[in-house]
Amino acid sequence: MLYRTAGQFKTSYQADQALFPVRQDAVLLAVILAFAYVIFPLTASEFTFQTLLIPILIYSLAALGLNILTGFAGQLSLGTAAFMGVGAYACYKMITLMPWMNPILAILFSGVFSAGVGVAFGIPSLRIKGFYLAIATLAAQFFLVWLFEKWAWLYNYNASGAIQVPNLDIFGIYVAGPLASSITQYYVVLGIVTLLTVICINLTRGNLGRTWKATRDMDIAAELIGINLMKSKLTAFAVSSYIVGVAGALFVFMWRGAAEPNLFDIPLSFQILFIAIIGGLGSVMGNYLGAILIVGLPVLLNLVPETLGIPIKSATVEHLNIMIVGSLIVFFLIVEPHGLAQLWRLIREKLIIWPFPH
Amino acid sequence: MKDTEGYVTADGRQIGGQLMELKNITLKFGGVTAISDISFDIHEGEIRAIIGPNGAGKSSMLNIISGFYTPTEGELWYKGAKRPPMKPFEVARMGVARTFQNIALFEGMTVLDNVMTGRLTHMNAGIGAQALWWGKARDEEMENREKVERVIDFLEIQNIRKTPVGRLPYGLKKRVELARALAAEPSILLLDEPMAGMNVEEKEDMSRFILDVNDEFGTTICLIEHDMGVVMDLSDRVVVMDYGKKIGDGPPDEVRNNQDVIDAYLGVPH
Repeated sequence: MLYRTAGQFKTSYQADQALFPVRQDAVLLAVILAFAYVIFPLTASEFTFQTLLIPILIYSLAALGLNILTGFAGQLSLGTAAFMGVGAYACYKMITLMPWMNPILAILFSGVFSAGVGVAFGIPSLRIKGFYLAIATLAAQFFLVWLFEKWAWLYNYNASGAIQVPNLDIFGIYVAGPLASSITQYYVVLGIVTLLTVICINLTRGNLGRTWKATRDMDIAAELIGINLMKSKLTAFAVSSYIVGVAGALFVFMWRGAAEPNLFDIPLSFQILFIAIIGGLGSVMGNYLGAILIVGLPVLLNLVPETLGIPIKSATVEHLNIMIVGSLIVFFLIVEPHGLAQLWRLIREKLIIWPFPH
Repeated sequence: MKDTEGYVTADGRQIGGQLMELKNITLKFGGVTAISDISFDIHEGEIRAIIGPNGAGKSSMLNIISGFYTPTEGELWYKGAKRPPMKPFEVARMGVARTFQNIALFEGMTVLDNVMTGRLTHMNAGIGAQALWWGKARDEEMENREKVERVIDFLEIQNIRKTPVGRLPYGLKKRVELARALAAEPSILLLDEPMAGMNVEEKEDMSRFILDVNDEFGTTICLIEHDMGVVMDLSDRVVVMDYGKKIGDGPPDEVRNNQDVIDAYLGVPH
C-alpha cells in the first residue's frame, strides 16, 4: 500500500529515466540519508562508530568498487585487498612526502594510483576470462602484498614495517590519526562514500554502464555492435580500482589508524567478495546490505550472549561467527543467487502491486 | 569497372548504386577452405539474400562482412573504398549492424537497455560528464532514448521495454535483436537467419518488419535464410552458395530455375 505507484505518470523520457521514477524510493532514501547524516551521529556511541558505522561504510565502498568490475563488467577479481593496499600506501606516501596536502584530497587522489595498478593487472583480461582471470588477479594479490613488505621506501624505512597514520588536520580539525574524533572521521567517510556512490549510480545507468553490462553478458555480441572490448574492460578496471583504492585509504586513515602488509592479504579480498556476492552482483545498493550483514553480524553475535547473560568464551563466539557467516553464504547462494538486492527488488515489486498477486 | 548504376526491381522499386563489393573472397581455416573465390555486390537499398545448404559458408560470409573473420584472400570494397582489415567494433562503427543465428542479446539487461546499446556508436560523452549525469551525457541519453523509442514503436515492443530480456520468449527476443541492430541506424543490416525456429505467424511478422525497415528507412539488408518461400518473396537478388562456392546469383526467379541451384538443393552427388 505504501508503495502504490498509481497516479505517478511520466510525461517525458527524462522523467522516465530519472533516478527515482517511483516517488516512494526517493522518500525511503531521504529517510536513510537522514539517519546516516543526522540521527546516527547524534546518538551513536564511540563503540558503534568504531565497530559498525565506519567499517560498514568502508567495506561497502570497497565492495562497490569490486562490484563495478565483477558485477557490472563481469571480470572476476580476487585482488581487491591488494588494490586497497595500493590506495592506502599511496595515501601514506603522499601525506608523508607532502605534509601540507589536504588529507581528504590525498585520500581521493590515492585512488588514482590504485587505478593505474589495476589497469596494469587488468591487461590479462583482454585475453583470458573467468577463473583464469581470477588466477591472474590472484597474482596481483600476492605480488603487491610482497611488495608492501619488501619495498621499505613505501613505509619510510621504519623498523616495524608498518605504516602509522599521523595526526592530520583540516583548518585545525583533526580528521585522521590518534587525535581525530570518531564523529569527524565518520562524516569524512560518509561524505566520500556518498559522493562515490552517486558517481557509480550515474556511470552504471548511463552509456558506460551499458557497455560494461554488454561486455559481461556476451562479449562477442558486444564487440560486433561496436564496443571496444579493450576499452570497456580497462575502464572497468580503472574505475573499480579507483574506488577500491579510495576505500583502502579510508580503511587505514579513517578506521585502522595503522596497517601492516598482511592486513591486505587474501582474507580481506574474500571478505569483500562475499559482501559483493551476498549483497548482489550487478547492484549498487546490494553492497550496503551485504556490508551490514557481514560487518554487523559478528558484532551482533558477540553482543547476544553477553546481554542474555550466557557465559560463552570469546573463542567460541569467534568460531560460531565463522560457522554462521559461512552457512549464511551457502544459504544465500542457493536461495537467492542474486543477493540481498534482488530480495529487496522482489519485495518492492510485490509491494507495488499489493494486495493483488499480479 | 565500377557499377554505380542502380537497377529497377520487378515490383518497380529503384535500387541505388553499389554499396559493398566483395571481390574474389577466399577464407581458409588451416587446410579447410570455407569460402573459395566468391565475388558479389550489394546495392544500396536492396534486400540481398545469401542462401545455400548447411555448411555452404553463408555464415562465414556474413562474418567476413561484419569483420569477425578476415578473408585469406580477396578484397572488400565498402562505400567506394577498399576496407583494410579491421576489428569488428570498428566495422560496426562504419555502419554495419547485424543480428545473430543464435540470439545474442544481453540477458541481464532490460529490452530498453539492450536496444540502447545499439546507439553506443552514436554516443561519445566523456566519463566525467557521465559520472555527474550532466550536460552532454544527459542530453545524449535523452536524444538517443527518443531514437530508440521510435525503433521500439516501429517493432511493436513497447509493452516489454522494461522487461529483462531473459524473461522473453524466443520470437520476441529475435525482434528485440532486430531492434538493437536497427537502433544503430546502419547503412547495411546483416540478418543471420532471422526466421530460424519461428512459427508461420512469427515468420509473417518478421517478414513484414524486414520489408518495412527496407521501405521506411531505406536500409540495405543482407540476409541468410533457409525458408525458401520467405527468401524468394522478400529478396531482390539472391546469391546461392554451395561448398564454399558461388553457384548462382541474380533475381529470385532466375535463381529458382538455375540447374546448379536445383542440384545443390536436391542433392546431386558431386
